Amino acid sequence: MTDPELIIKGLEKRYPGKGTREDVHALKGVSLVVGAGEFVALHGPSGCGKSTLLLASGGLLRPDAGSVAIKGQDLYSLNNSRRARFRARNLGFVFQQFHLVPYLDVLGNVMVSEVATGRTPDAAQRATAVLEQFGIAARAGHHPSELSVGELQRVALARAVFANASILFADEPTGNLDRDNAATVLNYMKEFSEAGGVVVMVTHDDRALEYATRKIALCEGMIKE
Amino acid sequence: MTVLTLIREEIGYRKLHFTLLVLAAAVASITFLLAISLLRSSDMESAKFIDEKVEETEIEMARLEDEIRVSMKGLGFNIYIFPEGQDLSEVYEKGYASKTMPEEYVNRLAQSDIVTVNHLLPTLTKVLEWPEYKRKVVLIGIRGEVPKRHGNPNQKPLLNPVPEGELILGYELHNSLGLKVGDAVSFDGRHFKIHECYGERGNKDDITVWMSLPETQEMLGQEGLINSILALECNCGNVDLLAGIRKELGAILPGTKIIEQESKALARAETRAMAKETAWKQINSMREKRDQLREKREALAAVLIPLIGIICMAGIGLLTFLNAKDRVYEVGLLLALGVSSPKVLVVFLIKAALGGLIGAALGIFVSLAVVSGAGSRFAGYSAMELISTAERIYILVCMPLLATISAWLPSFAAAQYDPAEVLRND
Repeated sequence: MTDPELIIKGLEKRYPGKGTREDVHALKGVSLVVGAGEFVALHGPSGCGKSTLLLASGGLLRPDAGSVAIKGQDLYSLNNSRRARFRARNLGFVFQQFHLVPYLDVLGNVMVSEVATGRTPDAAQRATAVLEQFGIAARAGHHPSELSVGELQRVALARAVFANASILFADEPTGNLDRDNAATVLNYMKEFSEAGGVVVMVTHDDRALEYATRKIALCEGMIKE
Repeated sequence: MTVLTLIREEIGYRKLHFTLLVLAAAVASITFLLAISLLRSSDMESAKFIDEKVEETEIEMARLEDEIRVSMKGLGFNIYIFPEGQDLSEVYEKGYASKTMPEEYVNRLAQSDIVTVNHLLPTLTKVLEWPEYKRKVVLIGIRGEVPKRHGNPNQKPLLNPVPEGELILGYELHNSLGLKVGDAVSFDGRHFKIHECYGERGNKDDITVWMSLPETQEMLGQEGLINSILALECNCGNVDLLAGIRKELGAILPGTKIIEQESKALARAETRAMAKETAWKQINSMREKRDQLREKREALAAVLIPLIGIICMAGIGLLTFLNAKDRVYEVGLLLALGVSSPKVLVVFLIKAALGGLIGAALGIFVSLAVVSGAGSRFAGYSAMELISTAERIYILVCMPLLATISAWLPSFAAAQYDPAEVLRND
């Protein structure tokens, strides 16, 4: 393994039970090390803690115990603002529901990370180049409501690429896509990891597992690799 | 891509929400400005009305004062000076004094520095029977006007003396006795010629016989004596100086009784003084009523304006809350993509402030248009007179500020969303 990019140590996470129901122990001391160039697929039955592990790894969900370090930076030792800035500069997210800002056009959605990181002079040219890379440059002026699901997911990927993310977190990225669009997205993620980036993907899709260089099965909040 | 781009795009995407935000601010601004305009126009109108009344009254009073001065100068106040110890009730009853005083008194007055009396007429009056005709008459001995030391030498005498050996008769006497100017008559055995016959006056003058003072004194056996001095045409331009005249005369002739004979000028002056007082009372009453009305309006405005302001601000807060609720997903997304909470807060607050600013500008424009268009409702005052530049600036500054304050809580709550919660629940 190359130098570790992502180090997860003893992650614990409980969700308080509502009413008389018991707490849900989503993560039970999960530890994981991921090096540069790895394409990691997290799989397992629903409720096994895949998405919780992904969100906690991406600095979006503070764990009850344990730590997450990316490029040597302990994410949860940072305050909210600094952690947000860290995410904007280093991490990319792709979700099943695409999560695009509805009132921004495609170009605006790709460049939205600039709101966090600050404006750069050649941003529009770079964003256009990324859109060309994903074959959606012609849709630059369209709003998300005018795009197909495949295009939406490509915009989400383009957004992550534009932000120069070194780690890509993807939660069921092909869940809403047809075979061709899913292949496009997965191919890009594979290329991304082969270029030295890290991909951490949660999936139920067996086809998606084929693209991963490392498959990690989760069961009841624990890794069964 | 900046925060401002994000705001601009969001406003364009949710036009209705922003329009409502602008309208809430505009309604608050319009309410405030129109309430101020109504109060001010009403106040200015009543002030103008009262000022006009005051001016009219002052002009009228000045005119009347001048008229009084002219009247006083022309007619003067008539004052009777009676001998010391004279019972005034007897004077009022008989019409003349029974006591006498030296004729020299009138000379003393004439030689004094008194300047308020224009004419001095010494008289000796008695009611007696004209023996030759068996008629009761009022006999008045006069010597004409006594020239004053400080008087105007060219001043025309008020009353010419009766020449010695002649008589002047009142209307009733000469008319009933068939006498005319130039006729020869006897009075108590003395022979006289009729010098003048007066026209009808409708008072005791009609049964009066005027005779020269020395002849009267001799006939009555009262040489060198008189029983009254009539001081006429007192030069006082103001009613209040009457007391001063009495004091001045009393200092020269101590002990004498001084009474004032009612004159038309005095009655007119008193009436005018009363009219003036009444006019001022009415003006003051109008002022009081205007002040009371103003207080009532201000009290109403003090409740109404903040109430409408609070309702509008609550509306802005509610709109921001609904907007934040609608945007939970995108706020969570922005936070997940690394946009910090303060920046998310700024996005909401700038939008509210912008809505407040545009609403304020719209409110000012509409208010000016309403005031200009409905001039009669605002007593014809122009919009520029009723809504000052300072108030417009005040609205332009305060409305965005209030909108920002109103939007603070919901915006702050939105900025605290947990991105993981939002993304997990999607």
